[in-house]
Amino acid sequence: MILHLTTLLVFQLIGEITSRVLGLPLPGPVIAMALLFATLVISPRLAAAITPTTKVLLSHLSLLFVPAGVGVVGHLDRFGSDGFALATAIVGSTALAITAGALTFVGIARLVGTSND
Amino acid sequence: MTEFTEIWTYLARDPLLWLTLTLAAYGVGDIAFKATGRRPLVNPVLIAVALLAVLLRLTDTTYATYFEGAQFVHFMLGPATVALAVPLHANLRNIRASALPMLCALVVGSLTAMISGVFIAGSLGVSPDILLSLLPKSATAPVALGVSDAIGGSPSLTAVLVITTGITGAIICTPLLNLLQIKDWRARGFTVGVASHGIGTARAFQVNETAGAFSGIGMGLNALLTALLAPIIAPWLIGLY
Repeated sequence: MILHLTTLLVFQLIGEITSRVLGLPLPGPVIAMALLFATLVISPRLAAAITPTTKVLLSHLSLLFVPAGVGVVGHLDRFGSDGFALATAIVGSTALAITAGALTFVGIARLVGTSND
Repeated sequence: MTEFTEIWTYLARDPLLWLTLTLAAYGVGDIAFKATGRRPLVNPVLIAVALLAVLLRLTDTTYATYFEGAQFVHFMLGPATVALAVPLHANLRNIRASALPMLCALVVGSLTAMISGVFIAGSLGVSPDILLSLLPKSATAPVALGVSDAIGGSPSLTAVLVITTGITGAIICTPLLNLLQIKDWRARGFTVGVASHGIGTARAFQVNETAGAFSGIGMGLNALLTALLAPIIAPWLIGLY
């Protein structure tokens, strides 16, 4: 468990450093995710080892957004008279994006005939 | 009474109280979510946030004090994002076979999220500086804040819009995708990750492991695409209003 968490943190650290040194437009953890993914492709044994720890972490992923969510509540009144327009924009555009993305995915998958297994 | 005040003064300063309450509030949300048969509207994050916001208001606690305790939970977002590589790897074959559909869905989903958001808000009379803060709302928070700053928006405003977008996506994705009769877990997960980043991905993991893995890729790829495209389309899009 400790070893697995250390592995994740080491990758995150490398990701943060890479992001800053190269001035990449991606946050450190996202670069670290890509680096760990590449490492797992080379060494599947590592994947088997850290899977139990990452499962625990990912099954409670939504909990981790609570502190940021609480921070949002205090700022809601900043929108004032724009609140309704912004709420409409967020709900509308999120629904449109999910719809357009999903239909495109399914349409192209059917076109090129990739199976869903 | 003095005793209570003394205890409270101690607790209010200690990270333990708000860390415990953050976990407890989420526990309440999770119980409610399961008790109602996992209804998307009974979102555990939304319930926990509402409970904690009311508590902070009632006890006159500042967000800074709250965050002293909650930061430990917040910190785990980093390692959890790194951990997304594991389900990605477990779905390696599936992902290789889906490269083209993913790429097309990414471009369409990402552009739709940015353009339609600004278009709807702009049509309803929102001013250009707020539209710039709204533009990167579907990207994961650290990227969205950076983009917002780069194109002349307000990062703190963007933070609020990003989180709201995530919770919205997490709530509407299941009924919406059912309505569209999309049964492919790859498509369902991926598009939710593109449209509503980590909070959408968290929701996808609650529903299906493959959907979660694809949602994680959607989130990562959209972070990249938003960072690349937003500065290019922002002047044009905002110029319309």
